[in-house]
Amino acid sequence: MMKIEAIIQPSRFESVKAALLEIGIEGMTVTEVRGHGRQKGHTEVYRGREYTVDLLPKVKVELVLPDTLVNRAVEAILKSAKTGKIGDGKIFLSRVEEAIRIRNEERGESAL
Amino acid sequence: MKRMGIVCCSVLTLVLLAVPLLAQQAPATTSPAPPSASASSPAVPPAVTEKLNQLEQRVTAAQSSADNAWMLVSAALVLLMTGPGLALFYGGLVRQKNVLAIMMQSFALMALITVLWALVGYSLCFGGDGHFIGNFQMAMLRGVGVNPNPDYSASIPQLTFMVYQLMFAIITPALITGATAERMKFSGTVLFMTLWFLVVYAPMAHMVWGKGGYLNASLGGRFPTLDFAGGTVVHITSGVSALVCALYLGKRVGYPKQPMPPHSLVLSFTGACLLWVGWFGFNAGSALASSGLASSAFVATHFGAAAAAIGWSVAEWIKNGRASALGAISGAVAGLVAITPAAGFVGPRSALAIGFIAGLFCFWMVTKFKAIFGYDDALDAFGVHGAGGTIGALLTGVCAQVVINPIFGEGKAVGGLDGHWGQVGNQLVGILFAWVFALVGTIVILKVVDLTTGLRVTEEQEVGGLDITLHGEEGYNLES
Repeated sequence: MMKIEAIIQPSRFESVKAALLEIGIEGMTVTEVRGHGRQKGHTEVYRGREYTVDLLPKVKVELVLPDTLVNRAVEAILKSAKTGKIGDGKIFLSRVEEAIRIRNEERGESAL
Repeated sequence: MKRMGIVCCSVLTLVLLAVPLLAQQAPATTSPAPPSASASSPAVPPAVTEKLNQLEQRVTAAQSSADNAWMLVSAALVLLMTGPGLALFYGGLVRQKNVLAIMMQSFALMALITVLWALVGYSLCFGGDGHFIGNFQMAMLRGVGVNPNPDYSASIPQLTFMVYQLMFAIITPALITGATAERMKFSGTVLFMTLWFLVVYAPMAHMVWGKGGYLNASLGGRFPTLDFAGGTVVHITSGVSALVCALYLGKRVGYPKQPMPPHSLVLSFTGACLLWVGWFGFNAGSALASSGLASSAFVATHFGAAAAAIGWSVAEWIKNGRASALGAISGAVAGLVAITPAAGFVGPRSALAIGFIAGLFCFWMVTKFKAIFGYDDALDAFGVHGAGGTIGALLTGVCAQVVINPIFGEGKAVGGLDGHWGQVGNQLVGILFAWVFALVGTIVILKVVDLTTGLRVTEEQEVGGLDITLHGEEGYNLES
C-alpha cells in the first residue's frame, strides 16, 4: 500500500479528479491548503500599503492505493495537473503499514 | 350669478398664479393678491375673502407636505449612511477579528446620540441665538412639535427638522471610529463619544448653523462661513479629532510591519455605495425643502462623487499601474466629503472640479502624507474626512455662486467666482475655528476618558480581537 499526497493548483483539481476517476479511483481526501515552493507570491496594495502574499492557495489530494495502482495514478495526476508553469505543485509517495475500515474493522488492501 | 362668476374667476386666477409660484418654492406663495380681481370689484365680498384665505392655507399646506415628504426621506437616507453604510464600509476594512466591534460602535452611536439629542443635544445645537452654543430652552424637546421653527425651516414641522439634524449628529462621531479602530475600549468609546458630542459637535453645529452663531452665513454670524451640509461641522471636526485620537492612542500592535489588509472589500464596497446614496439625503436634504436648491445640491453631490472616484483611480493607476476597487470607493467617499460644504452653493461644473481635486488630494494624504508621518489612522478617517472636508470648505469659498444660492441677498456676490474673494478668507476662518476647536476639545476629552474608563484595550485583547474579548461573539461562525 502506498500513500500519494499531491499538492496541486486549485484550478487543476477538477481535471485531476476526473483523471483519477477514469482509472477507477473513487476514494480520496481533499484539503484546501496554503504554501509555496519555488513560486514567488504576489503583492497587494491597499491604500498605498503594500503586502507581499507568499503563501498561495493550493489543493492537497491524498490517496492510499494498492501498489498495483500507484504508477497509473501518478501518471494520471501528472498529466492532468500540469500547466508547465512554476507553482504546479508536487507529488509525495510514502509506504503505508496498515489500513483499517472503521465500519467493520476490515484490514489491509481490502479496507481501501 | 354675476357674483358666482367673479368668485370662480378670482379662484381660477389664484390657482394659476399659485401653481408656478409653488413650483419655484418662492417665499411669496403665502400672499398672492391678484390685482385683476380686486380692480374689477372694489368691495371684496366676505365670501371671496374667506375663499381666498382657504386657498392660501391650502397652498401653504401643499408646500409643507411636499417639503415634509422629502425631508423625512432625507432623514432616513442620512441614517442609512451610518447603519448600514459606514458600518459596512469600516467593517470590511478592519481585520476579521474586529468586524463586530467596529460595526457595534456605529450602531451604539445610533442609540446613544439619539437619547442625548432628546435630552439636551437638539437644544444645545439649535436653541436660542448665542454666538457659541445653544441653550436649554428646548431640552427634553420642549415645545418641539408639528409647528415649524421659522428660524430654520418655515415649511416643515419642527419635529422633522429636529430628527433630520439628529441623523447628522449620529454619523459625525461615528466617523471618528475609523481612526481608533481595532484598539479602543468599548467603554472608553461610549464615554468619549458622549463628551465629544456635547463639547465639540454641539457648539460647532450651533456656531455654523445655529441662529446668531459666530460662523453662521445667513443668520447673523461674525464670519459668515459657507457650509451647506457639514464640511466644517461634520467632516473637519470628526477628521481632525480622528487624527488626535490616532496620535494619542498610538499604533496598533504590529503596525506598520505586520500586514493588516482589509478582511472583506465586498463589505466595504457595499457600504461605500450605500454612503453614496445616503449622501443625497445629507446634501440635497440640507436645502430643508423639496426645492430647486435641493435638485442643485443633489446634482452637485453626484458629480462630485463621480469625479473624485475618477481622480483617485487615475492617481492610483499612474502610481501602481492598477486601479483598485478600494481606491475607487475611497475616492468617491472623499469626493462626497469635499462636496458636502459646497453642495448648495456651486454648479455642476464646479462640483466636478471640486470632486476631482479632492480625489487626488485625499489619495496623496492617505498614501503619502500618512506614510511620511507614520501615524496609525487605521481606516483613514483623517485622510478622507479631515483632508476632504478642509479642501472642500476652502473650494466652496472659491466656487460658490449667487446664481445657485443667493445666501447673502439677491444679486450679492457669494464666492470667488462671483468676484467676492473675501469669502475664501471667511472660509479659512471657519476652517481654522473647526480645526482648533476639534483639536483642543478632543485632547481634553481624551485625557478625561484616559483617567476614568481608560482608552486602549490590553495587548492581549488587541491580539485576540475585540469581537471575542470585548463583545463575546464572532462575526463569522462559518462552521456552525
